[in-house]
Amino acid sequence: MSAPNSEYDPVEVTPLRADEVERARDAALSAIAAAATLEELKQVRIDHVGDRSPLALANREIGALPPQARKETGQRVGQARGAINQALAARTDELEAVEEEGALVTETVDVTLPWDVAPIGARHPLTTIQEHVGDIFVAMGWEVAEGPEVEAEWLNFDALNLGPDHPARTMQDTFWVSPEKAAMVLRTHTSPVQARTMLTRTPPIYVVCPGRVFRTDELDATHSPVFHQVEGLAVDEGLSMAHLKGTLDHLAQAIYGGDMTTRFRPSYFPFTEPSAEMDLLCYVCHNEPDAVAECRTCRGEGWVEWGGCGVVNPRVLIACGIDPERYSGFAFGIGLDRTITSRYDIADLRDLFDGDIRFTEPFGVEL
Amino acid sequence: MRVPVEWLRELVTLPDGVTTEQLAARLTSFDLKLEEVIGGGEVVGPLVVGRVLSLAKEDQKNGRTINWCRVDVGADHNDADGGRGIVCGAHNFVEGDLVVVSLPGAVLPGGFAIAARKTYGHVSDGMICSGAELGIGGDASGIIVLPPGDAEVGDDAIELLGLGSEVLDLEVNPDRAYALSLRGVARDTALAYGLDFTDPADIEVTGKGDGYPIRVDDSDACPVFAARAVTGFDPTRPTPRWMAQRVEQAGMRSISLAVDVTNYVMLEIGHPIHGYDRTKLRGPIVVRRANEGEELTTLDGVVRSLSTGDTVITDDRGPIGLAGVMGGEETELSASTTDVLIEAAHWKAPMIARTARLHKLPSEASKRYERGVDPELPARATQRVAELLVEHGGGVIEDGLTVVGTAPEHAPVVAPIELPSLVSGVEIDAPSVVEALEGNGCEVALDHGTLTVTPPSWRFDINDPYDLAEEVLRVVGYDKVPSVLPSAPAGRGLTTTQQLRRRVGLVLAGDGLVEVKTFPFAGPADWQRLGLPADDPRRHQVMLENSLSAEEPGLTTTLLTGLLKALVLNVGRGHHDVRIVETGRVFEPRAGDPEAPIYGVDRRPTAEEFAALEAALPAQPQHVGLVMTGDAERPGWGTAGRPVTWADAIAIVQHVAEVLHVGLVVEQAQRAPWHPGRCAAFVLGGVTIGHAGELHPRVLKAYGLPPRVVAAEFDLDALIAAAPEVGPRPDFSAYPVAKEDLALVVDERLPAATVRAALLGASDLIESVRLFDVYVGEQVPDGKKSLAYALRLRAPDRTLTDADIKAARDAAVAATAAIGASLRT
Repeated sequence: MSAPNSEYDPVEVTPLRADEVERARDAALSAIAAAATLEELKQVRIDHVGDRSPLALANREIGALPPQARKETGQRVGQARGAINQALAARTDELEAVEEEGALVTETVDVTLPWDVAPIGARHPLTTIQEHVGDIFVAMGWEVAEGPEVEAEWLNFDALNLGPDHPARTMQDTFWVSPEKAAMVLRTHTSPVQARTMLTRTPPIYVVCPGRVFRTDELDATHSPVFHQVEGLAVDEGLSMAHLKGTLDHLAQAIYGGDMTTRFRPSYFPFTEPSAEMDLLCYVCHNEPDAVAECRTCRGEGWVEWGGCGVVNPRVLIACGIDPERYSGFAFGIGLDRTITSRYDIADLRDLFDGDIRFTEPFGVEL
Repeated sequence: MRVPVEWLRELVTLPDGVTTEQLAARLTSFDLKLEEVIGGGEVVGPLVVGRVLSLAKEDQKNGRTINWCRVDVGADHNDADGGRGIVCGAHNFVEGDLVVVSLPGAVLPGGFAIAARKTYGHVSDGMICSGAELGIGGDASGIIVLPPGDAEVGDDAIELLGLGSEVLDLEVNPDRAYALSLRGVARDTALAYGLDFTDPADIEVTGKGDGYPIRVDDSDACPVFAARAVTGFDPTRPTPRWMAQRVEQAGMRSISLAVDVTNYVMLEIGHPIHGYDRTKLRGPIVVRRANEGEELTTLDGVVRSLSTGDTVITDDRGPIGLAGVMGGEETELSASTTDVLIEAAHWKAPMIARTARLHKLPSEASKRYERGVDPELPARATQRVAELLVEHGGGVIEDGLTVVGTAPEHAPVVAPIELPSLVSGVEIDAPSVVEALEGNGCEVALDHGTLTVTPPSWRFDINDPYDLAEEVLRVVGYDKVPSVLPSAPAGRGLTTTQQLRRRVGLVLAGDGLVEVKTFPFAGPADWQRLGLPADDPRRHQVMLENSLSAEEPGLTTTLLTGLLKALVLNVGRGHHDVRIVETGRVFEPRAGDPEAPIYGVDRRPTAEEFAALEAALPAQPQHVGLVMTGDAERPGWGTAGRPVTWADAIAIVQHVAEVLHVGLVVEQAQRAPWHPGRCAAFVLGGVTIGHAGELHPRVLKAYGLPPRVVAAEFDLDALIAAAPEVGPRPDFSAYPVAKEDLALVVDERLPAATVRAALLGASDLIESVRLFDVYVGEQVPDGKKSLAYALRLRAPDRTLTDADIKAARDAAVAATAAIGASLRT
């Protein structure tokens, strides 16, 4: 590098001559334009922008110029370098975009390849429907009550107006715990939970009790010694059968949709008086005149049996310490296994209980 | 109750045009639910009465002998030779007998069309019918032979045999005992249609005083006992066809005139009757409690050992009948009985129910007595039976009629007139209430809005005010009940336990487990397969008196019994990857075989009484059980896959615990049915609440399952009870992390959980510890293993300096050195 020299004429310093600067700039710009890859562009950067590039070398000479010449020369070199850097950046972007595009094309995969390595779980529809029914009632302010499956004879029968010699006791095929004097049974219905609720709470009472119950039926396509019910109980001032009907209609609509309804037929249960069998409007044919005759679900009846219900027998209220002069109540029970089999057209009840994973899997975690 | 429609229509004149279907629907809405309509148009003619003119027995090559018959079937149906040729395989008839012939063109039950057909070398031009072929029961091996004089050749046999008539099979609920009779069904039919009916129990009793000597010692069980005698009866006389037909249509067998008459009257008015061969009775009849160990051979030929709970009818020799249930063999009516003593007694329902249950002997009589029989009927029933016997079998009715006791009276039921409306939610005016109750046979008085209702003698279900509501509503119509949704007060929603149980269910499904529902029955064979030691408390189960299978005599103490059976089924059906889970109760008997108390029902049990009852019940905790086999990760195009291992079973239980914010301690354990070296116990506050790991190879062999099946079971109730109400507060630092790796050589037997605990406790700066490698091999001494941990260090309030990091690392090394670890070099 030359030493500072006031006499020094920049025009005489060759690299700083305007035409030289212009030439170096043009050479750089055309090299940049010619670079086809980021790799080539990297070399261009070294050649034309790097420390040993002509303009970098020229730049160093500026300091040696007399002050009056520095400004003009500096501007000239600076503009050239700026143009080069700009072009370099632009070309870098261009080439990067091209290369990325290329890479994305190469990385393309077949997204239809199955990735099914993780097992998928599912919940049993009897669990889900118990929760579903519970939710429908909880939304109305009811609560969900529970009780044991091995139950005291007194709660399963006596407290429910089924005395020791009541014919209904023989109607129900009860599993008795051994020895018989233990006075315990596998609960034959979820009704003892109602009794427990009345024994431990004071009205108003609005509870549903879903659960597993037992009868000594041999397992076949339509019977099972273990099955599932949901029972409801309301005890309050001024309740009547009309409230029972309203509640069941609401439940039917919540499960099966807007226009569903129920109907009552007289029947007999020791714990309710009056008692009724409850039929559900057939959810397939809706008892429509042109569809009902052909309907397989209700066998042309227009209605399907859904459960039993009635006004709580005041004797049950008394046994549970509730004043029947002040309070009245209603209760209902619905078989959930039948609800599932008929809703999903399952011909054999055993499918619910033999544990084949292909039964549960299609249900996922919701009905 | 089977009700022949023709019989019912005889008692109630139904409006014109009421079909059997309409009648059945109406009765169903009156609490007499139709099960089915039996009969009616199943046989389509021509079905005629024929006389066998000739009969030739022909042996066949197949070893059978057939009868080649000529039968006169009447001028309208005979061929030019004055009869028809028919092949018949039955042999219970001879030339001259009257038989029933279905001719070509007839269709029998089951769509069996009759045509002339070639068989055994003849053209059989019709068929001689058995009762079974016509759908009216009887022995299929023999054809129907009509009594002489019962019909004429050529008569229409459809009408003769009542094949065109329909029978309603009605389901009678236990509270409607009266409907186990034509009388009761006719009364309800009349009420349903607003008609009058003929009460078949409207019988004038002619006898008086001084009948057969009778003493009733057990008047508690037997409030009324009536007896009447018929003498000179001809036991060879047949039952008139109409009566036999009605008895059989009602589902009973026609046996003999005397027996058929007693059954007919029972069906007609609902009162069971017993007939004795009076000549076989020895001395007066005494009704008393049986002595312990006394014996009686009932007329089904079974020797019954009696106890003091039974009431018996006796004569000088001892018991001759089990009251209200079944008569004795020695005094029964026989083919030679000419003198009949007719007994109609009113037995108390509970006693009969107990006896019938005790002797496992439900009969037509006990079915009626245990539900309640009209106590006003005994004398009338004997009169009706006596009249029918004499009418059809000859002889005379003796004047003497013994009646001991009087019918108990019904207490009146008092209720406000509004009650039926309040209970049903239907507006029912006072006249309608009174009318409905009177229609049911009640005596009704209405005074200033208060009803006083005396139920009729045949009703045992009208005792409480609410019972009146049911009778009124039945008449008004259940379909009139409006639909009103009650508004419950604001509820508390699901309990925390209920919510957490649902959450656990979803977590398990999310972990790839499929929920199953198995039966909770198990027994010693299960304990054997599971390899439970002899003293394992899980062998101590709640036993059942009447289990369905001898293999499974009681309730299970572990969910694995049901789950492993389900797994066997799945594997047997060719499923390779099976992960099943069940949430359910197990049953653990209380020590000392407690008995659950039986309290009265006139009041609520006290808190102490209720607690005593609860304490007697077995513990029934909800468990979660799961079993898994196959791949945890299936091999695929991007992965080699990974079989399920003991670690997966443990991880799932830990996952559930983490979701509930419960810290479970995992400990090495040995417990059947798990592999003794691959079983973890989960400890919560010092109490073991579950186990997980790989199952013992012997157990898998016993079940025929593939190797390496893994399983877990834990007490869900205990886990949920330990869940904090509020989860942990999020607590983290924004300062940078420092990472340090540490490879420790430890004794092979030292649990990794111990090392981890030591590391976590070594310094406050250690934020987390992750085991990323376990090495056993040449580079570590025998009996040792190398555990490689990644530590993350962070301070809550500053960036860590090199000195901080070194100090924490040194602390970690020192803490693990204290449990025998050395740094791997």
